[in-house]
Amino acid sequence: MSDQKKIEEMSFEEAIRELETVVGQLDRGDVALEDSIKLYERGAQLKARCEAKLKEAEEKVAQITLDANGEPTGAKPVEGL
Amino acid sequence: MTDLLEDDAPGNAPEFTVSEISGAVKRTIEGSFSHLRVRGEVGRLSRPRSGHVYLDLKDDRSVLASVIWKGVSARLATQPEEGMEVIATGRLTTFPGQSKYQLVIEDIRPAGMGALMAMLEKRKAALAAEGLFDEARKQKLPFLPEVIGVVTSPSGAVIRDILHRLRDRFPRKVLIWPVAVQGAKCAPEVAAAIRGFNAFPAGRLPRPDLLIVARGGGSLEDLWGFNEEAVVRAAAESAIPLISAVGHETDTTLIDYASDRRAPTPTAAAEMAVPVRLDLLNWVGDQGARATRAATQTVALRRQRLGDLARGLPRPEALVEAARQRLDYLGAGLDPALRALAREKRMRLEAQAARLAPALDRGVATRRVALGRAEAGLSPARLGAGVRQRREALDRLAARMSPERLADRTARDRQRFEDLSTRFARLAEQGVAQKRDRLAALERLRQTLGYTETLKRGYAVVRAGASVLTTREVAQAHARLEVEFADGRLGVMTESGPARGKRGGGKDEPEQGSLF
Repeated sequence: MSDQKKIEEMSFEEAIRELETVVGQLDRGDVALEDSIKLYERGAQLKARCEAKLKEAEEKVAQITLDANGEPTGAKPVEGL
Repeated sequence: MTDLLEDDAPGNAPEFTVSEISGAVKRTIEGSFSHLRVRGEVGRLSRPRSGHVYLDLKDDRSVLASVIWKGVSARLATQPEEGMEVIATGRLTTFPGQSKYQLVIEDIRPAGMGALMAMLEKRKAALAAEGLFDEARKQKLPFLPEVIGVVTSPSGAVIRDILHRLRDRFPRKVLIWPVAVQGAKCAPEVAAAIRGFNAFPAGRLPRPDLLIVARGGGSLEDLWGFNEEAVVRAAAESAIPLISAVGHETDTTLIDYASDRRAPTPTAAAEMAVPVRLDLLNWVGDQGARATRAATQTVALRRQRLGDLARGLPRPEALVEAARQRLDYLGAGLDPALRALAREKRMRLEAQAARLAPALDRGVATRRVALGRAEAGLSPARLGAGVRQRREALDRLAARMSPERLADRTARDRQRFEDLSTRFARLAEQGVAQKRDRLAALERLRQTLGYTETLKRGYAVVRAGASVLTTREVAQAHARLEVEFADGRLGVMTESGPARGKRGGGKDEPEQGSLF
């Protein structure tokens, strides 16, 4: 696990993929006890990251505003759709 | 003259100026053909900078010059292309300056589905040949996009369907880029929107990590904008993964070939875009539980194994008991054994010592006495006498040795040597003379006795080759003989030759005969 990326910087997909790997390793039970504790802790952090990303699920809809040439100038919130 | 007169002669026909007749034609034509539909194939077509479109409509025999003014061209659902079978609506006008007439087109559209489909197929083949639809170009959709860009009409069911489905599954940030989804503006706007999203971030707007280009169902013409090359190219070039959802499931437009995924409906596009949040939450929860279970089990398994192993481990005391017992046993025997050994050795030592002491004393005493005697006999005076005696002997010898005596003896010896030499020379001379005389006598005797002296008396020696012949019988066997006289040798042939009977093989005989 030398290529460990900081968990706080992971996308949901990266976190969930590594969580899957970690759980798989733990399930197989062929890791050393010492490592299994580290793995478990990392798994817990990854799980927390995944849950945080899942809880971030907030809807926000905006419509791009365009100028006369069709160039985007900004965005305005959209309600009621 | 007659011709001239006839030409000049006023007839019944009224006389027009060129402008009058041109005006009359114009009125007639424009009056009669102020609204008409023409079916034909688009021929030569040009689009100068003015924005107007000049084209020929033709069939197998005739050509009709036509024009589409800039304002009309922008409104067209389908742009005419060379070779396209079209139905044009418009009016005829004349162009008096050049004696020409033309069709001013108000609307032009492909002549039926067949023409449109044929054109679509042609375009599709050309774009496919460029590789724009290659599978290798397709990008993977992100698992969970943070921001989704939707290119569609901001009003209507399509965006509503997408937002609803997103809300159900996984609410996300959505940026809507409003575009016309049909008509002439559709293609350029959709293409600009796809490119625009790719050009983000522009200021505070976040760049989407997924695009959806969507439109509800409609006729082939309604959806035509999504077949336009500009849209297809923009979708193919998009660095952001793009889902196309144009029309219903049965409608396929060219953007569907260029997009990374094609959704049959806008709702399906939303389903492709995001996973279901609750499923994921459950999944993550499950994973957590699995991890906890696995970790707990790992520890439990190891604890059990440790227990098992610990039970299998013997008591430490048990390991050393036997050794300790042996040590005790041996240790107990050690002390008496040492003591006994020491006692034995001491006794032997004492016995040896008892024998040794008197012998030693005797030896020392004897040697001391001898030493005393030797010491007594040893004095400087005795040494001096010895030296003196030897010096005298030396002096006596030296006195007997002198050069005169040596010289006398040498002279005597030389004289004796000379005498001997003289005697020897004399004797040697006498010996040689005697021997010479004797030799001369012997030589004379030898000559007297030799056969050469006999030859001088008339005898001869007969030879054959190297051997001397002494009998007739022997001589008879040789053909050639050599006779030595006192004055030299002479070769002779025997008269009869060798006896025939004694020669082996008769072959040589004729040769020998002829020789004689």
